[in-house]
Amino acid sequence: MATPPPPPLDAQQAVPLGPEGGNIGAVQSGWRLALREFMTNRLAVVGFAMIVFFVLFCFVGPLIYHTNQIDTNLISANQAPSGAHLLGTDTDGFDELGRIMKGGQAALEIGFFAAVVAIVIGALWGAVSGLAGGIIDSAMMRVVDVFLSVPFLFVVLILAVKFGASVLSLSLVIGFFAWQVPARLVRGEVLTLRERDFVLAARTAGSTSWRLITRHLLPNALGVVIVNVTFQVADAILAVSYIGFLGFGLHFPNVDWGDQLSNGTEYLQDGYWWLIYPVGACIVLTVMALNFIGDALRDSMDVRLRRR
Amino acid sequence: MITYLARRFVTSVVVLIGVSIFIFVLLHATFPTPARAVLGLQARPAQVNAWNKANGYDDPVIVQYLHYINTLIHGNFGYSYVENQSVTALFQERVARSAYLSGISLVLAVIIALPLGIFQAVKRNSIGDNVATSAAFILYSMPSFFLGLILIQVFALSFPIFSFEASQSNSVWVVIGDWNAMTLPIATLTLITVASFSRYMRSSSMDVLAQDYIKVARAKGLPERLVLLRHLVRNASLPMVTLIGLSLPALLAGNLITESLFNFQGLGLLFFESLEKVDYPVMLAYTLAGAILVVVGNFVADIALTVADPRIRLA
Repeated sequence: MATPPPPPLDAQQAVPLGPEGGNIGAVQSGWRLALREFMTNRLAVVGFAMIVFFVLFCFVGPLIYHTNQIDTNLISANQAPSGAHLLGTDTDGFDELGRIMKGGQAALEIGFFAAVVAIVIGALWGAVSGLAGGIIDSAMMRVVDVFLSVPFLFVVLILAVKFGASVLSLSLVIGFFAWQVPARLVRGEVLTLRERDFVLAARTAGSTSWRLITRHLLPNALGVVIVNVTFQVADAILAVSYIGFLGFGLHFPNVDWGDQLSNGTEYLQDGYWWLIYPVGACIVLTVMALNFIGDALRDSMDVRLRRR
Repeated sequence: MITYLARRFVTSVVVLIGVSIFIFVLLHATFPTPARAVLGLQARPAQVNAWNKANGYDDPVIVQYLHYINTLIHGNFGYSYVENQSVTALFQERVARSAYLSGISLVLAVIIALPLGIFQAVKRNSIGDNVATSAAFILYSMPSFFLGLILIQVFALSFPIFSFEASQSNSVWVVIGDWNAMTLPIATLTLITVASFSRYMRSSSMDVLAQDYIKVARAKGLPERLVLLRHLVRNASLPMVTLIGLSLPALLAGNLITESLFNFQGLGLLFFESLEKVDYPVMLAYTLAGAILVVVGNFVADIALTVADPRIRLA
């Protein structure tokens, strides 16, 4: 492959041999090539395995490792790891390992939902902006600039204080203030896509703008969106941990990783390491795994790097 | 160049107006009227309504917004009814300390990340590059409070070299002189920033190394040292200017976490305390100040880049 063809990122995974028959190689290679690139990246595979592990750990783990996360038990508070409590117990006597699983559920759920909210808003905003062009485009992009200028974490914290924190509210709040980057990325894609022949064909066939966006532009901009999703999840998980650490996270009986770490901090000088490092490692490893996947996806989608 | 900067200036002003609307909407949604704070919780609804009417809090939203803008332009960032003090006065007590912590961390981060990223790009895939990349990746994925906790554990508890609490002095000069107390907060904020800067610096240097002018410089027999110093460093550092501007929101967030963790009496801790006391005027004033800093910072970065890079200046 000396001179790569332009990336045919058609959303044709479902129909690998597209109707364009004669051009099979070019049509299927977009996603195939990306997948192959992705699989050759060892870090990406490791990251993917780590995410699978964490999902199983957090959602299937509690079914195997039964713990009581409802009733406090002060008699067995702050116990060191033992056979009964693999990672010891926390200040309220909750089993720390079970608590990490529960906190992980919240982190993964919020991360996922917030990313979906951000991506949906961002993709639509960017597509409409890019397609409309002219003064509408400028105005919509200035709105993106405004949302980028206001420090994200501050707004999220203010709204968490105002409306209280639950999995749903945090997902919505984080997602609603994190859509700027996908909006810019999708707009950039749409600006080039809208000059392509298939868009002209769709217009000529009488497609409405909405149909153009949902059926033609967004599916073709899917590459950048998918890359961004993983970073969005990672950023949302970090944001939740910050909110929790500052004490404005989920309320009892729910728990989040930041909140757990913040409680453990009080015992730093007592040497209760099991209250701090396991949960801290979970945050770092989850975010790192998502960043591995995101970087690898970006590399595998990046046309410029496809030069072998 | 003048037209470019003028256009950039107009955009910044538009964004600033947008930011003011954003903050006003947020303020209006969270803290529509200070009537209860002024009259007390015992006040009857009729009294509250009368107070709102007398002080313009039942005007149409547009009128209230214009009033808000008017007070902002006159340098009034609002009033904290919890602290019974103007927000400006609260900020003035603390701004120097926060500026010191964030400023020195940013400068140190640039001083470390610039040569580190260039080194990594030049010695790509060497052991040194791999170690630095891995370290940056871990730090990049780490919440700053966890990094701070590890630093406290290692350098304040296990090996008691530094203090685990930041300097509590009111005088910024004492704070600057108090290395024992300030090393860990500065290290936390610096390392987190280095992690993201060096990643960009590495990829920007790699882009430059692939350019034709580097090949030309080598082909004409320029010593490698001069190729790196004259051609690589100067070109690869340019994106750094933009990156510093773009990193300001993250720096403010890091400042908030670091100050809360090390109990440093700066603006970040003020914001954190205002969250706990549900003191919306302070929260929103600080968010507004942060947003203004971001807009202005990005504008200044663009000016600096325009001056430094003839390709933009002449385009």
